[in-house]
Amino acid sequence: MAEQLSQKQNFLKGIIKDNPVFVMLLGMCPTLGVTSSAFNGLGMGIATLFVLLMSNIVVSIFKSQIPSKVRIPAFIVIIASFVTIVEMVLEAFIPFLYEQLGIFIPLIVVNCLILGRAEAFASKNTVISSVVDALGMGIGFTIALTLLGAVREILGNGSLFDFKMVSEDANTLILFILPPGAFIALAYLSAMFNKVSAKIK
Amino acid sequence: MEYIIILIAAVFVNNIVLSQFLGICPFLGVSKKVSTSVGMSGAVLFVMTLATLVTYLLHQYVLLPAGLDYLRTITFILVIAALVQMVEIMLKKISPPLYQALGVFLPLITTNCAVLGVAILALGLENTSLLKAVFFAIANSIGFALALIVFASIREKLELADIPKGMQGVPINLLVAGLLSLAFLGFTGLV
Repeated sequence: MAEQLSQKQNFLKGIIKDNPVFVMLLGMCPTLGVTSSAFNGLGMGIATLFVLLMSNIVVSIFKSQIPSKVRIPAFIVIIASFVTIVEMVLEAFIPFLYEQLGIFIPLIVVNCLILGRAEAFASKNTVISSVVDALGMGIGFTIALTLLGAVREILGNGSLFDFKMVSEDANTLILFILPPGAFIALAYLSAMFNKVSAKIK
Repeated sequence: MEYIIILIAAVFVNNIVLSQFLGICPFLGVSKKVSTSVGMSGAVLFVMTLATLVTYLLHQYVLLPAGLDYLRTITFILVIAALVQMVEIMLKKISPPLYQALGVFLPLITTNCAVLGVAILALGLENTSLLKAVFFAIANSIGFALALIVFASIREKLELADIPKGMQGVPINLLVAGLLSLAFLGFTGLV
């Protein structure tokens, strides 16, 4: 054990210092792909949070049983099982979100954030700190996705969480709902995030 | 004719990176130099085609008849991981020069969501068939290669540009990708 972070720091690092989206650039595909509205971003964030939490718990429980040579395939199977659960639950209970997220739900499996945390954190730490780590990282990811979704929805559609803020026939910047808008909005958000986090330090 | 439409749609209109957002990690990660991006594109072409071939057969002849459709995600990712591993071992043995060129990129491909994404998307094509699925994979990897190599060439030029401090690094790269994506948006309606 190099340095024992307190649980509070462990939790907060996922949200600010090591924010998965703005700082570590993990899980960029769903970040850009599903954030055409704030609701989609929030839904994807929560689905990822659930898979991350469960896989971190399972990996940290079985960390001494998994032989290190086959650990990556073992982690992938654990993650894929939880993704399948999420896929079925969403299809059964929130079909609307299931349609919207589409291909990106099975692709949670290859979200490097989840495998990255299993490999870098859960396989070396206790169950409790893995839970805290997963919550911090997952919430950091959810905040980033919701924020990006909100910015794109406000600029592109003039609404937030489907609540219209401008009149129906107002001109909005459709660009931000379209694919290029995802890159451009994230570019400026991460520039702002760098600026703000440099100020805090 | 149908195949030409698939090709144009996959390369220009629904480009896998710039409009479907699959494979963003390697797109941002290995696009510093044109030479590495060519190597990565080659590895993706190889693995994506092979993976789609295998997963399509598996889905059609094992999972569907057995009613195990819900195991799609878990079997596909395992097959892809095993396949990448196998390709790596075989290349090392059969063709060392090719291994030298692609070797570094192969392990990265397991977590490249473009490979799993295309394998899943290929199942949903209109009157899908084995030939069509494999062609779809090839067309998409050409699209991936085009986006990656163009982006890498722009990034090489960016090294010389005077970029404002706050925009250096990630933000400027995302912005360039955004403009590139905007250019590809111009192909909408082509097919």
